[in-house]
Parts: sequence; C-alpha cells; structure tokens
Amino acid sequence: MSRNALIFALLVLAALSAVPWLDSGFWLALSINIAQYAVLATAWAVFSGPTRYVSLATAAFFGIGAYTVAVLGEALPWPAVLAAAGVIGVLVSLLVGFATLRLSGVYFVVFTFGLAELIRQLVTWFEVNVTRTIGRYVFLDITQAQIYWQLLGLFGLLLILGTWLRASRLGFALRVIGEDEMVARHVGIDTARAKIALFALSALFMILTGAVMAPRWTYLDPAIAFNPTTSFQVLIMALLGGVHALLGPLLGVVPMALLFEVLSANFPNHFSILLGAVFMLVVYAVPRGVIGLLARTQRRRVA
Amino acid sequence: MRIGYAVSKTGPNAGGASITTIPNYELWVKEVNAAGGLRLGDRRVPIQVTEYDDRSLSEDCVRAVERLINQDRVDFVLSPWGTALNLAVAPIFNRAGYPQLAATAVTDRAPELGRRWTNSFWMLGTGQGAGAGLAEVLGPLKQAGRIGDTVALISVSDGFGIELANGMRPALQRAGFRLTYDRAYPVGTQDMAPILAEAARGNPDVFVACSYSPDTLAITEQARVSGFNPKVFYTGVGTAFPLFKQRFGANAEGVMGVSGVDASSPRFQDYLRRHQASAGREPDRWASAITFASLEMLQQAIERVGRIDRAAVTRELQTGSFETVIGAVKLQNNLLTDLWQVGQWQDGEFYGLVPTNKAGARQAMLPKPAWRAA
Repeated sequence: MSRNALIFALLVLAALSAVPWLDSGFWLALSINIAQYAVLATAWAVFSGPTRYVSLATAAFFGIGAYTVAVLGEALPWPAVLAAAGVIGVLVSLLVGFATLRLSGVYFVVFTFGLAELIRQLVTWFEVNVTRTIGRYVFLDITQAQIYWQLLGLFGLLLILGTWLRASRLGFALRVIGEDEMVARHVGIDTARAKIALFALSALFMILTGAVMAPRWTYLDPAIAFNPTTSFQVLIMALLGGVHALLGPLLGVVPMALLFEVLSANFPNHFSILLGAVFMLVVYAVPRGVIGLLARTQRRRVA
Repeated sequence: MRIGYAVSKTGPNAGGASITTIPNYELWVKEVNAAGGLRLGDRRVPIQVTEYDDRSLSEDCVRAVERLINQDRVDFVLSPWGTALNLAVAPIFNRAGYPQLAATAVTDRAPELGRRWTNSFWMLGTGQGAGAGLAEVLGPLKQAGRIGDTVALISVSDGFGIELANGMRPALQRAGFRLTYDRAYPVGTQDMAPILAEAARGNPDVFVACSYSPDTLAITEQARVSGFNPKVFYTGVGTAFPLFKQRFGANAEGVMGVSGVDASSPRFQDYLRRHQASAGREPDRWASAITFASLEMLQQAIERVGRIDRAAVTRELQTGSFETVIGAVKLQNNLLTDLWQVGQWQDGEFYGLVPTNKAGARQAMLPKPAWRAA
C-alpha cells in the first residue's frame, strides 16, 4: 500500500471510531464483529499471503490471548495484561515456528490445526488437575466501545506495520520465499528466520485480538477460547478477499460478516445450508478473491 | 407483545437445547396464544415470537440478543440454553434492563451472579449443591449398615462434571466414605470399558459418574455388559432424560442421578401430558419443568404488573410468589434454591430423593436391582 493510501485508510479508521456514539447496541456489536475478523484475517494474510503457508493456528493464538485475560485479568492492570498476553503468545509462536516452519505444504496445515487442539487439551489438563475448576469468569469493567476502539487501534497498527513490511528487505525476502523457497535459499536468504519472524508478528496480532475480545463474553472455557471455527472463518474470509494486497482480506471480511448477519437474522433455520451454498459459489465464481476480480475489471477497463 | 429468543439450533449445544429449551418455549407460546394472549390490564395481547440460532457460539449469541433488543425491539427476551451462553449475554440483559430467567445454567458462582446482575435469575442450582446432595442420601444408609464406606468416582473433565465432583468429594468424606478410585476422563471419551474396569476393581459399594449425557449412556451400558453391580449406581447429566429410560427400560430401575421430579403432583402430570401432546415426546426430568416454570413466572409477573414495564416485572420476579408446574416458587436473592438435588428411577419415573423434607420426596431404593440381560 502506498503512503497516501495508508494515510487515507487511517483517516477512515479514525472516522469509524465514531460508531459507538451513533449506536451502542446492535450496530456496535456488528462493528466489533467486523473489526475482530478484519484484524484476524489481515494478520493471517500478512504471513500466509507472501509465504503461501496455509495456517490454521488462528484459533490457537486467539485462544491464548483470551485465556491470558481470563487468568490475569483481575490481577493486573489492563495494559499489563495485554503485554503479558503478547509476550506469552510471541514465545509460543517462536517455539512453534522453530519446530514447524521447516515443514511444508499439507504437513504444516495439519500441524497448525492440531496446535489449537493441543493447547486446548493442555489448558484443560491444567485446569482439571491443578486448579480443579474449568471455565473462568472475566468480570472486567471494559465497555463494548472500548473493545471496539482497541480493535480499530490494532487494525491501524497492523496496516502501518504491513505497509512498512512490504517495502522492507524482510518483505522482499518473503515474496521470494513464496515464489520458490529453493531459489530464496540459493540467493542467500535465511528462509527459516524470515518465516519465523513473520509468523510471530502475525501471531501477536491474533493474540491481542483474543485478549481484547475476552471481556465481551464474561465466561470462557477452553472449548470457547480454542474454537476451531475461528481458524476456518478467518481462512475463508481472507481467501475470499484476496491475500496478496494488505487490504485484500478486508474485502472478504466485510461482505462475509454482513452475509452471516443477514442469513442468521432472516433464515435462522437454514443458515448452514445457505452458507454452504454461498461458499461453493465463492469458490467457483471468485477463485482469485474479490481483489482479483477488481484487478480484472480494471485491466479490462484499461484495455 | 413481542418476545424473542436466541437458542442453539445447531452446533454442540443443539442436543440439549432441543430437548430442554425449544419444546418448552414453543409449548408456552402455543398455550398463551390459545388463551388469547397475555393479560395486560383488561385486554389480552397475543405473543409474536422472533427467534434466532446462536450456533452454540458465544459471539453469535451476544449479537443475536443485541439484535433482539435494539433492532427488533422485542418486549421480553427468553434466555439461551446452557451456562456459557447465559453468562455471555447476561451483561446485555443487564444493561438493557431486561429480566433474564436462566433455567438451564448451573454454576457454583450463581449467588454472586444474582447479586452482580440483579435482573438475572439463576434457577438450576449449583454443581456443588447437587454433588453434596448425594451424601445426604447415602450418609444415613451407611449408618444403618445397609451400605459400606467405599466409593469409586469418575468425572468428565468439563465445567459441570468438575463442579459436581467438587461438591461430592468433601460431602462424602464428611459422611465417612472412602474414595477407592477417583479419576477424570476427557470430554468425548467413547470407550468407557478401561476406566470402568479400574473403578470396579476395588468392588466398591457406591459408584458415581459425574458424566455428560453421551458418557452416561456409555457408562451405564458398559456396566451392564460387564456385570458391574454396585449397590448404588449414580450417573450425571442425561440420567433424567426420557432417552435413558427408552434405552435401558427396566434396567434404569434404581439408577440415581442429578435432579428429579415430584411425579405424584397432578400439576406435573398435567404438564407431562401437555408437553407430550405438543412436542410428541416427554420432557426431561431435570431442567424442562424448571424452564416451563420460569415462563409461567414471567407470565404471572407481567400479568400482575399489567403493562410492559420491565423494571416492575423484574421487581415482581425478585419478590413475588408464583404457582408453577414445579409447585409454588419464591426466589431467594434471585436464586431458585428449592430444587431436587438427587433423583432415582423408581417404577419408570425419576423421583426426587433430596431434599428429604421437600414435598413428594421418595425414599432411596437400595440396593439397585442387578442388571438384567437386555
């Protein structure tokens, strides 16, 4: 994204921060939902876009963030809780990165999917055997508007970092890795280090999103925090939007979130069937994502 | 009069919601509208229903309730199914000033929740209370020398299973019992044979499973197949479901579990018939009648106030007395405390045993008859 585009995007975000004054109920709830997936899908694409590693670890990182809040929320001031969530999450993502980013293709996908389940079972084991209770209560005085503003802030930060990254040597190295990892290694790129750094950055934003969202639900247990649906929804949204431009995933998040809303409001009994039909339509009609569709119409117009 | 609810029609909660919540909401609306509607002053106002599927997700449930309150502007919102979802939406009900009758939430923090959100009513008791109830049944039996002091306990590693077991351990120990076996198993365990074999090894007089409904069926079946016949056989969630009786028939006789009903009450028998006619099947013997009672309470509170005034209805629910299918109900500090904690299948009905001084309480049948070949 160019510097001008970034400034424009940040101005739009600033304008959107007025939503809580316009409506504190349903529209704010919907905005929070969109903002949550905007951060998650963009963070997902920051790593998976250039490297072409399909990660299903979103739920794992989201859950770590949420659980950190559940455990530490009442013991520490809020910024310290967020910082703790960030540190824990980055450590985990580095560990996972070192262990797995040498895997490729489907092995990586399977591992990341298993990661959320692994962490969920570890947390469950700990809670059952050590604290002897499961399910934690998050009683924090954080309003819905504050949750929304934090998400917008995270998204703005992610756009700034993403723009910087694309122009940086690291971003270039990652694009080379995505094209051909063998070539990248031969031209002297430390592929493992580049991938791990980016994986940790992407994970950090997912973790913070989980942490910010946790006070919204009052009650958390491992099944809620580490719900695999999160991973799949983020993946589908990002792919629908397109992963090769920074704002691409957003083009998938907004229509998808609105569609979920319209379907569940009007067809509560046929939601799953209609959703399945829509997914098939997306795969057949927009295989390159909304951003690919836009690029094609633009080319046509130029021609 | 517009009434809305979001309930899990799909996802992992759908099983529980379709047994306990949805049939009772539908039955109530049908009966109220057949009578011309809710009585507000001297007119009757029919109920219009708006319903959503929360897909068993906290986030979807939160948005659906926001939509009901702020977009659809319904007059009252009925609560979702389950502990997690009731807690997720409690702050929204509270902020908007809607009464929340949580008939399917069991949590040890219920007293604190009732104080925190004074518009919320917690009607299914606590896991600890249900767990401690078992010691009340077994203590006197041990003193009378009818059972020994050995207990084998297994529990599912999830919210209610853990709370139930946490309530049981200290209460059983206080009553002089020894745990010969105490082991947790993960949610979704399919094969119960190994853990049951270990539990049976010490030949305990009492076997307790703080289980969820799929496990309850698997454990009971496995105990029958392997001929494990303790004098007391107790299982958790699902024991009180009609499915349990259908599946095990005469073998259900003598099995104990959470909750129970006063089946001798004509009001309950009448409810049973109406539920059967409306839903085509019997209600469960745990939260079904309580769910229906919560709707009767809401109805009586609205009719006494005589207009759509949510603050006044909430006050009436806090202080009033109500006539319901589970008898006369008066909440204590926003909690329903007069609850069956332990029940037992006797003559094809799941009777409440504890509290022993509650109207309709039965004596425990002991020992449980030996399993018959299916």
